[in-house]
Amino acid sequence: MFLKEYFGTIYKSVKSLLIGMKVTGYYFTHLKEIQTEEYPDNRATLKMFDRFKGEVVMPHDENNEHRCTGCQACEIACPNGTIKIITKQEILADGKKKKRIDTFVYRLDLCTMCNLCVVACPSDAIVMAQNFEHSVYDKKQLKKILNNPDSKLMAGVE
Amino acid sequence: MRGLIGEDILTEEGEFIINMGPQHPSTHGVLHLKIWLDGETVKRIQPNLGYIHRSIEKMSESLSYRNFIFATSRMDYLAAHVNNEACALTVEKGLQLEVPQRAKVIRTILSELTRLQSHQLWWGCTGLDLGGVTPFFYAFREREAIMEIFEETCGARLTQNYMVPGGIMYDVHPNFQKRVKDVMIQIKGKFEEYDNIMTGNVILENRLKGVGYLSKEDALSYGVTGPTARASGLSCDLRKSNPYSAYDQVQFDEILDTGGDCYARYMVRMREMRQSVSIIEQLIDNIPEGDFQAKTKNVIKLPKGEFYQRVETPRGELGVFIVSDGAASPYRIKYRSPGFSNLSALPIMAKGGKIGDLVAIMATIDLVIPDIDR
Ligand code: SF4
Ligand code: SF4
Repeated sequence: MFLKEYFGTIYKSVKSLLIGMKVTGYYFTHLKEIQTEEYPDNRATLKMFDRFKGEVVMPHDENNEHRCTGCQACEIACPNGTIKIITKQEILADGKKKKRIDTFVYRLDLCTMCNLCVVACPSDAIVMAQNFEHSVYDKKQLKKILNNPDSKLMAGVE
Repeated sequence: MRGLIGEDILTEEGEFIINMGPQHPSTHGVLHLKIWLDGETVKRIQPNLGYIHRSIEKMSESLSYRNFIFATSRMDYLAAHVNNEACALTVEKGLQLEVPQRAKVIRTILSELTRLQSHQLWWGCTGLDLGGVTPFFYAFREREAIMEIFEETCGARLTQNYMVPGGIMYDVHPNFQKRVKDVMIQIKGKFEEYDNIMTGNVILENRLKGVGYLSKEDALSYGVTGPTARASGLSCDLRKSNPYSAYDQVQFDEILDTGGDCYARYMVRMREMRQSVSIIEQLIDNIPEGDFQAKTKNVIKLPKGEFYQRVETPRGELGVFIVSDGAASPYRIKYRSPGFSNLSALPIMAKGGKIGDLVAIMATIDLVIPDIDR
């Protein structure tokens, strides 16, 4: 009785181990089914999803024009104080004074990629970029100014 | 010998204290356990928290009702969707807002995907904790497919912040349905592989069977929830008893086991994964058309009062309690996290066992430390 149980246990144990090894063995012989992305080497072909939240950017068109009116809705929507908008008064062609953005400061080091600023913006001026390699040697480089120098507000955006 | 905490640390003759953590690989984070040992037998355990306290509750008091949700992704980072959903549901309760059906169904699908990937990661890590590196890679292979669903639709892998008061932040990606269906087929085929590699394995059975017993009474009195409590026979699935979102529209079983030991907890999670797949399959073809978000005011203000909502995360019951004084940000927020209560039962589970078993017990409670210590 004892011997039967003893060998029974050994048989069961070895069998369970072999079943497990079979799975490993299967992949050892089916190399095509292995999914490994060799990240730094596949940089050229690596494409992130369109919605991937990597960094907030402000798109400019070919005339160096953006859509940001300086309404500061994004600044209020941001939970961490990542965005700081400095506005200025600009005199337009018809002599009227209008509020325009001077600098759009974005601190990548504070940003949590929560997307709240992008959905809060009434004029779709900011979007999420898919870039994710953010490491730099100096912390100061993480403080970015999103509007290009000498950029203008796109016509028709209010 | 006097330790650091409290009066009751005087050791008896022959006992000694060792500290496990806060940087021990098997504690999955910065959990510090102070263990009183007699030889290799555990006599007493004292969890010591505070290493990853980020003051999320206090911080939320100065944020608006739209903004505070992002921080909850960092509590139980393996179940960010469920945490976000709990907060959104509480705010909706306060506003008495009806969420569109489409948003409800999508929320449920994403919550179940979250549960699935969380259990997969747990499965891999349990293998790792018990000395087998292989399962970890198999678990991550399928988990990666779910992560890609999240990445494509929500834009992030862990900290999605996709559930907002009123529904979901933006509509699902056009590929969503197809991708989820493909992944479900892929995962269903792999469950057998999981079982072959781990479940029937003799080493696993010897390490888990009869280890870390938790009785139903203890589970109840310590407030243990989730798969850990269901393995002790305590019925506590909020998806069944207090259905939220679209859980009242699907058929599924509440998985119960009466073993109470580590193996029962292991089996409950393994069976729950299959239930999650079945829930997703019921819903994925029936996503109703319509709005994905109900209209909310620009500045959300909850009426004066107290609001509470609980949801079932992969680890147990998460409760969100908001006290509002009528302003634009909460007066007080309290999270009842599943991990904290589950951890409180660890000392009685591990008492009298060997220190090697402690690792197995911790693995099967499925602790996520940032959830315990917010
Ligand atoms: S993504 Fe979130 S944290 Fe980052 S700037 Fe926008 S609102 Fe602020
Ligand atoms: S980015 Fe959008 S929300 Fe922010 S200031 Fe400009 S227009 Fe307003």
